[in-house]
Amino acid sequence: MSSIKIELHENQVNELVEVCKSFSNDPLELIHVLHKAQSIFGYLPAEVQEIVARELKVPVAKVYGVVTFYSFFSMIPKGKNPISICMGTACYVRGGEKVLEEFKRKLGVEVGETTKDGLFSLNCLRCVGACGLAPVVMVGDKTYGRVSPDGVQEILAEYR
Amino acid sequence: MHILVCGGTGCKSSNSDLLVSTLRNELLENGLDKEVQVVLTGCFGFCEQGPIVKVLPDNIFYVGVKPEDAPEIIAEHIIKGRTLQRLLYEDPTTKEKIQNAKGMNFYKKQLRIALRNCGFIDPERIEESIARDGYAALGKVLTELTPEETVQIIKQSGLRGRGGGGFSTGLKWEITAKSQADQKYVVCNADEGDPGAFMDRSILEGDPHTVLESMAINGYCTGADKGLIYIRAEYPLAIARLKIAIGQAREYGLLGKDILGTGFNFDIDLRYGAGAFVCGEETALIHSMEGERGEPTFKPPFPSEQGYMGKPTNVNNVETYANIPPIILQGAAWFSSIGTEKSKGTKVFALAGKVNNVGLVEVPMGTTLREVIYEIGGGIKGNKKFKAVQTGGPSGGCLTEKHLDIPIDYDNLIACGSMMGSGGMIIVDEDDCMVSMAKYYLDFTVEESCGKCSPCRIGNKRLYEILETITKGKGTIEDLDRLRNLSDVIKDTSLCGLGQTSPNPVLSTLDNFMEEYEAHVLHHKCPAGQCRDLMTYWIDTENCVGCTACARVCPVSAITGERKEVHLIDAALCIKCGACMEKCKFNAVYVS
Repeated sequence: MSSIKIELHENQVNELVEVCKSFSNDPLELIHVLHKAQSIFGYLPAEVQEIVARELKVPVAKVYGVVTFYSFFSMIPKGKNPISICMGTACYVRGGEKVLEEFKRKLGVEVGETTKDGLFSLNCLRCVGACGLAPVVMVGDKTYGRVSPDGVQEILAEYR
Repeated sequence: MHILVCGGTGCKSSNSDLLVSTLRNELLENGLDKEVQVVLTGCFGFCEQGPIVKVLPDNIFYVGVKPEDAPEIIAEHIIKGRTLQRLLYEDPTTKEKIQNAKGMNFYKKQLRIALRNCGFIDPERIEESIARDGYAALGKVLTELTPEETVQIIKQSGLRGRGGGGFSTGLKWEITAKSQADQKYVVCNADEGDPGAFMDRSILEGDPHTVLESMAINGYCTGADKGLIYIRAEYPLAIARLKIAIGQAREYGLLGKDILGTGFNFDIDLRYGAGAFVCGEETALIHSMEGERGEPTFKPPFPSEQGYMGKPTNVNNVETYANIPPIILQGAAWFSSIGTEKSKGTKVFALAGKVNNVGLVEVPMGTTLREVIYEIGGGIKGNKKFKAVQTGGPSGGCLTEKHLDIPIDYDNLIACGSMMGSGGMIIVDEDDCMVSMAKYYLDFTVEESCGKCSPCRIGNKRLYEILETITKGKGTIEDLDRLRNLSDVIKDTSLCGLGQTSPNPVLSTLDNFMEEYEAHVLHHKCPAGQCRDLMTYWIDTENCVGCTACARVCPVSAITGERKEVHLIDAALCIKCGACMEKCKFNAVYVS
């Protein structure tokens, strides 16, 4: 875990403590709690994991183990506009990989990274189930279908 | 009158929400909002042509409808009663405009049992589900049948698990029912992780009540009073609709205490996945529900004996549950009359990839791949040559031309070196490299392996590396033997279904496309022209007019040449991104 301490807002911390309470501080609800925690903080830095561990009375190592096991949980803050490229098979055979390459090139980041200005983060996901629109790209909650490498610039421009 | 609009994820992505609100506004302005109802339904299945709109009772099926089309639909169709020809589906071969689903090749051969309500009802209103026999099977079971009789019906129907394994559903129910315990659980596996399969999501989004009803029936049979649905967090719409459905079912007394006054108690909660393919394996799924890492454990004990919290737990997947109510209502004999000798009923397939009609397809077991791909799927996109169909996702394999006429069922697919899996069906054409395809699936497995046992954790990584060497043109003929040997070891020694099946894409491509592997390792060529490292970009001296477009777009400045003179690509600098080829208007850039 990172050595730099992150300051957490007190009201967010209180909210998290309340969330844990609403689940009766039951360790069985760890994944549920982490989902809520990620929606409060946007990501799950070590400091947040420590609070969850303390509240549910489980070792921090266990929380860390669960956070790193599941791809939905992230320890890196996401960009203001998180970009997810679908890498499901249908999107793959219809050119999803080329679209991903274009995003990497245009943004100058690798998968899992956030741009320096914090505007975009780039990730892959496995099948959003909109295979009829393959290849599919999501920016935040918005879905773009039948994206070609040529269309990448246009998508980015919407958010700049 | 009703206007049904598809609200599945695919159509929603194409703005079907805005379409619904525009239609409603138009109706309001024309004072028709009382007579005509706009209903957002579940998936119609024909995702390629979305968003889809169906007008009842006229039974007119419009495709590719945009929000801008709403005023015309209201003005022409609803008010003047004229069908909008331009929004009708056009048969690609006969060019004939087709008015309703029955006339379309996409629907002709389908038989919808699991998907019976998808696209017909508003999934957010329990009344519509009840109007189409929702909860009638639960009522029948609770008032007319004993748990044992119900299990017998399921057993006799021949229904097998639709999540991939194909284990007898009735037998599973029987084992859970016979296990002695003070508490039992019913679990619905809605962790649809197979990339390219979306039937479970469509059922949950389009007909959530059928799953709730089925789980309650299972609870009655096995003696469980608690149900849990384990659903992927990536499916927000399905989660939202399930929550609504559970709330409504409780309100109607169809979940909760003393259901239908019979003294039977049963309630359902949701548990969320967090993105791990291995959690589709039932022991891993149970650990994940207990707030742990989703690592599989050794079976036996099976979950039917010791599952969630150590108690007997019946785990079935969404599609399996969706088949239960029709079996109860129409009988085991009816269900087992459909399908092949050992695989009864229908199967939903998610048809995707290089096929004309992408969508959800439900066909009787025993339908051939050719019927699914060419008749329902409308053939290969862009009139390319069919190369393979991948079934069973990362655990399955590739089938070729010679397998096209085999009747699809659990056993036949395994005999051909693939498997049913959850029903993903990806069509691949001549432009796809099979070595890269195998590499794609291994990349997936490497990422999704939970890491608990070494054959899967390390073995798959090594398989991936060998495949990568081959696609870079640095492989040798010995590598092909290595692939096969390592695959066999991984299959034999892995703990769970993920590792035991993960080398299948490698083995089936080795079996069916040996010549492609050989072209890569012996001649350093990729016949499909997909492996970048094996390609060289050239500029044709005759066609190049010296417009400089390619030089300007090249990200590494590998192209030189004066204006109005022939350009040249420096192969040492070229990163083979293909940008020059896409930009060139004179067909002067080519690959060899």
